[in-house]
Amino acid sequence: MDLTLRVWRQKDRNSPGRLVEYDAKDIDPDMSFLEMLDVVNERLISREEHPIAFDHDCREGICGACSATINGIPHGPERATTVCQLHMRHFKDGDVLTIEPFRARAFPVIRDLMVDRSAFDRIVESGGYVSVRTGSAPEANTLPIPKDVAERAMDAASCIGCGACVAACKNASAMLFVAAKASQLNGLPQGKPEKDRRVLDMVASMDEAGFGNCTNQYECSAVCPKSISEDFIAQLNREYLVASIKQRFARK
Amino acid sequence: MKLDSKTPPGPLAEKWARYRSEIKLVNPANKRKYEIIVVGSGLGGAAAAATLGELGYGVKCFCYQDSPRRAHSIAAQGGINAAKNYQNDGDSVYRLFYDTIKGGDFRAREANVYRLAEVSAEIIDQCTAQGVPFAREYGGHLANRSFGGAQVSRTFYARGQTGQQLLLGAYSALCRQIDAGSVMMFPRTEMLDLVVVDGHAKGIVVRDMVNGKISSYAADAVVLATGGYANVYDLSTNARGCNVTAAYRAYKRGAFFANPCYTQIHPTCIPVSGEYQSKLTLMSESLRNDGRVWVPKRKGDTRPPHKIPEDERDYFLERKYPSYGNLAPRDISSRSAKEVCDDGRGVGPGGLGVYLDFSDAISRLGLETIRERYGNLFEMYERITGEDAYKTPMRIYPALHYTMGGLWVDYNLMSNLPGLHVIGEANFSDHGANRLGASALMQGLADGYFVLPYTIGAYLADLTHKRPSTGHPEFHKVETEVEERTKTLLAINGERSVQSIHKELGKLMWNDAGMARNRKGLKEAIAKIPEIREEFWDNVRVPGDGKEINQELEKAGRLADFLEFGELLCRDALDREESCGGHFREEYQTEEGEALRDDENFSYVSAWEYRGEAQEPVRHKEPLVYEEVKMATRSYK
Ligand SMILES: Cc1cc2nc3c(=O)[nH]c(=O)nc-3n(C[C@H](O)[C@H](O)[C@H](O)COP(=O)(O)OP(=O)(O)OC[C@H]3O[C@@H](n4cnc5c(N)ncnc54)[C@H](O)[C@@H]3O)c2cc1C
Ligand code: FES
Repeated sequence: MDLTLRVWRQKDRNSPGRLVEYDAKDIDPDMSFLEMLDVVNERLISREEHPIAFDHDCREGICGACSATINGIPHGPERATTVCQLHMRHFKDGDVLTIEPFRARAFPVIRDLMVDRSAFDRIVESGGYVSVRTGSAPEANTLPIPKDVAERAMDAASCIGCGACVAACKNASAMLFVAAKASQLNGLPQGKPEKDRRVLDMVASMDEAGFGNCTNQYECSAVCPKSISEDFIAQLNREYLVASIKQRFARK
Repeated sequence: MKLDSKTPPGPLAEKWARYRSEIKLVNPANKRKYEIIVVGSGLGGAAAAATLGELGYGVKCFCYQDSPRRAHSIAAQGGINAAKNYQNDGDSVYRLFYDTIKGGDFRAREANVYRLAEVSAEIIDQCTAQGVPFAREYGGHLANRSFGGAQVSRTFYARGQTGQQLLLGAYSALCRQIDAGSVMMFPRTEMLDLVVVDGHAKGIVVRDMVNGKISSYAADAVVLATGGYANVYDLSTNARGCNVTAAYRAYKRGAFFANPCYTQIHPTCIPVSGEYQSKLTLMSESLRNDGRVWVPKRKGDTRPPHKIPEDERDYFLERKYPSYGNLAPRDISSRSAKEVCDDGRGVGPGGLGVYLDFSDAISRLGLETIRERYGNLFEMYERITGEDAYKTPMRIYPALHYTMGGLWVDYNLMSNLPGLHVIGEANFSDHGANRLGASALMQGLADGYFVLPYTIGAYLADLTHKRPSTGHPEFHKVETEVEERTKTLLAINGERSVQSIHKELGKLMWNDAGMARNRKGLKEAIAKIPEIREEFWDNVRVPGDGKEINQELEKAGRLADFLEFGELLCRDALDREESCGGHFREEYQTEEGEALRDDENFSYVSAWEYRGEAQEPVRHKEPLVYEEVKMATRSYK
């Protein structure tokens, strides 16, 4: 099939960017979206032009590196699918595809489709962990955890940290990302002792990074390649409220 | 040169405990004076960096991805082994040790493997305490599944995302240390060379992948946790960025490379669908429990599978291995699939595929049961191929998956190059000639959390070589070399893309040094690779400049190293005149086509020494001395 691509090209963080049109002819429907970009890039290289830069690594939907907004939808039109797992058979001959980086104030574009998502790392650094020293852990089965509790933690833990949730949100909020990590740990007995501090610190770090507020539109959950549920946001809100009240009383 | 494994004396089961109580300790107050560089943030690197930081060392950790959480370990699906014996099915440290040694076809170092089995249980405790959501039973205790090569059920898992969850656990521990200021993290930073001062590894030269700046970092010790080299074959189940550069650069600076020819091929991957293919996706091996593998009996039979009558199908695994059938081991199944495809009977695009057919299982057990067992895998298959495997057989083909070879290390996980430590898939020590499923994750975390943090102390406590400053002339020299190389790559401006040359190398490697190898093919490859290398340095085109994000430049640098390393791999394969584990030499097989190991002449580790561009590398031997285990033949009859 033949496609027309309108791709965001930007040299670096400080340069302005713009959409540039390219023909993508003879695209095989069995290609993945990134393989289609590979083919376009090979052609650009042969014409001595700069290939389109994009983040990717595992190409099987788990590392969270790939990120692009296709016709306005982060990771494109297929539900629960990263761009590396999106295949061209879902498009048709003659389609015009606008391909842009994930947009958010906290994710500056660093080249073409690549953005800087280090704000996510800073949020985890602020409290997305259980403080346990290597070698000091008790025997694993001394702490039985009900299956449903473990399953719920696993649902939350499946987040791949790609940032599509932020890109989909009109406020560029990172609530789904923060909620997923906080809910995984807060829901497990191992994470309980640091529960309050964790939500306060992670939310503070999120605000500091320049992410917006959540206004409960749940676009985030709709585009999430791992279908992380918006219920975790409600849980985070509750836990945050409790933690801040406790904190206020503790100060008095 | 004699390779000293530094294996401690004493009975196997007491070595590690004794070693730990006798090892010299670094004074806690002195720890913060030591700087350690950890390259890599996968299970090995993240666990090591976090633990070393926690112990009080000053740690700098590097990775090429935009975040340490994206290291290739994230993609592991199946699980992690540990000798917990939770199933009360007779597992023990000894059994896990023995299974690993046997699975490795008696080509691994006994003492290292025993230690691995010993610390395995502690890994599960550690990860659970971190909040890793392992699968559980209704009673709330941890669940297990079975994996190949073992008669006990000792594999822990988190749905089909075990690697992801273990890595996120290690990443969270790393983040805690970053927050505490004990670890400095350098994402999007690629190590391009190792700096050796007075015979000791004392630093690295890196390129900042965002602004292109080349700079140096000095340390008291360097740890490489940079993963495996499967991408020398271009197409593999590994992430696209996986590379041999860090390990190969260290080799060129004097570290020995051990057993590069030990590579593992996984029989059940989704086949190549076209020239544009960029990666091969693994499908869990468990599918072979219910799927039957077949190809048409007639060459060039292009009828759709349902049009091929039963008596015109060749269920070749059932035919050749009547007792094991479709469950024949990884290497045997892979080779048999290659044989029938080489015979012109392969299916799907390019004839490189065999059917994995569930129709019998569906009529026997019902669609629902099959859906329950493999639903997510069928879904993944459909996502990639667009085909519904409930209705038409899956197409599968073997693919490069894991590399057992790596930099040579002693019991302390230190290379022959003092100060250089190597952990995880990047070293060679634990899996011999073949790795068992669910043991790579175990090894990465064992090395990172529980072994290296002790053993590195053995080097540091005795350290007489002070940490040089990056102003040292050696740093300057290596930095200049790296800069020159980058400039050269950018200046060639030839006709061919990096990918087209990588593809050419990959095809050659796959054909001549893949599932089955022989003298003639290997010799041809050794002659041909230098030609491809020459073509690369004459005719590659790397657009752009070095002072910005330049993914073509990154790929070119990695390919340049693969183009040298591939030759070393072939040399090792040629040199090892026996078949063992993942290394199958056609000349050395039994009449029934089984691997023929030669313990008398080849029970040693091959450790290759770089001797400069003009000379061939030299192979050293570390004899494998088994104190407790008796070598036996693997048999599946
Ligand atoms: C699809 C798949 C499924 C698997 N499933 C299982 C399983 O179920 N069970 C199991 O036990 N094993 C499994 N394995 C194997 C296992 O995942 C790996 O062997 C293991 O995760 C390797 O970990 P590592 O820490 O050694 O390296 P990696 O996780 O590969 O990490 C390498 C690190 O080094 C960094 N790096 C590399 N080169 C450079 C450089 N030049 N400069 C800077 N940084 C660099 C990378 O950024 C990365 O952080 C699987 C492998 C694959 C491919
Ligand atoms: S490349 Fe890893 S999730 Fe897409």
